[in-house]
Amino acid sequence: MAVTVRIPTPLRRFTNDQSDVEIDGGTVGEVVDNLEAAYAGIKEKLVDEAGDIRRFVNVYVNDEDIRFLDGAQTPVKAGDSVTIVPAIAGG
Amino acid sequence: MSNSTAPALAGVCPLIISAIGQTPLLKIERFTTHLPDVSIFAKMEMFNPGGSVKDRPALQMILDAEASRELTHDRIILDSTSGNTGIAYAMIGAAMGYEVELVMPESVSVERRHVIQAYGARLVLSDPLEGSDGAILKCRDILAKNPDRYYKPDQYNNPSNPKAHELHTAPEIWEQTEGRVTHFIATLGTSGTLVGTGRRLKAFDPAVRVIAIEPPEFHGIEGLKNMDVSIVPGIYDDSVWDEKIQIETEASYEMARRLTRELGVMVGQSCGAAMAGALQVAERNPEATIVTIFPDSGEKYMSTPLWQ
Ligand SMILES: Cc1ncc(COP(=O)(O)O)c(C=O)c1O
Repeated sequence: MAVTVRIPTPLRRFTNDQSDVEIDGGTVGEVVDNLEAAYAGIKEKLVDEAGDIRRFVNVYVNDEDIRFLDGAQTPVKAGDSVTIVPAIAGG
Repeated sequence: MSNSTAPALAGVCPLIISAIGQTPLLKIERFTTHLPDVSIFAKMEMFNPGGSVKDRPALQMILDAEASRELTHDRIILDSTSGNTGIAYAMIGAAMGYEVELVMPESVSVERRHVIQAYGARLVLSDPLEGSDGAILKCRDILAKNPDRYYKPDQYNNPSNPKAHELHTAPEIWEQTEGRVTHFIATLGTSGTLVGTGRRLKAFDPAVRVIAIEPPEFHGIEGLKNMDVSIVPGIYDDSVWDEKIQIETEASYEMARRLTRELGVMVGQSCGAAMAGALQVAERNPEATIVTIFPDSGEKYMSTPLWQ
């Protein structure tokens, strides 16, 4: 049930510089947990102490913002893409 | 009667760009009532006509390029931006008769896009995943394909960016505090604000401490850059700051909301980071006169998680 997770540049140091990684999971939350299992340290950047996706982190399933879906409970299926978009940096 | 012979009227600007700079300094006492000898001031850059601190470097870069003849009216002003510099170029371009083309990541807030387009500038969107560095690289490509068509100010590498702050921001702060500033705090994006203002304040008084505020490597503070995970701007000079403080996204947003709700000062995300840093410095230096920069207002963030 692998989805493609698209990793933004500031987080690629966790993924050995890969921009796309294949991760299993039935929901966005499971994908994040499995991402952590594969690339330790990345989850804490995306999820707060309460286990929720941080409010400033933009996560899309295909082209939909998960804030307008079911957040971390948003279901995903094989072949979907989960995209993590960074903030707009300086200048 | 011809206009040129009419006497200048006090407070009347011949062009919108002459309203850039000379921004007010706001004294913020609310959060330091337990520190009676600390003073915190914020330079209110939202009062520039384009709505941000970036009007200053944008104007300086364009004026300097006109003076050196690198920019002529047959060229289009092209640069990559996170938004505020783009708005500044678009406004100045409209006022001075230049076409403007801007490269921004597709993830930029809709407000910024609309403002830029309202001024008549053209937008090229870059891959949101690659962030601002992606916009920088795409902009380089566009220029390489048509080098004669464009003038690229290149805000990340143009010394006129910090120069705007050396010539104006720092002397304004020096005068507005009557030379009493002891600590200067600014957030890091291109680093022009920190490097230029900090450098000149230290020239006025070498004892002034300069503190840089950086975001974490993965953050939501629009306009700021963590230098460890970004293309480092050519103008960045880390010898200017004495100390660097990292402020989390959540803490920045929370402070921006408090400034808005408790003081009626509707500020942008990076102002919250600047204020949070100023409060840390105040705790450690209970007699300090601290000046920080509030780069823009909160209005352009209505669609972002700051207010949602
Ligand atoms: C909102 C905001 N804050 C801070 C900055 C950082 O300013 P500088 O580029 O001078 O470092 C920027 C730069 O674009 C900005 O847009």
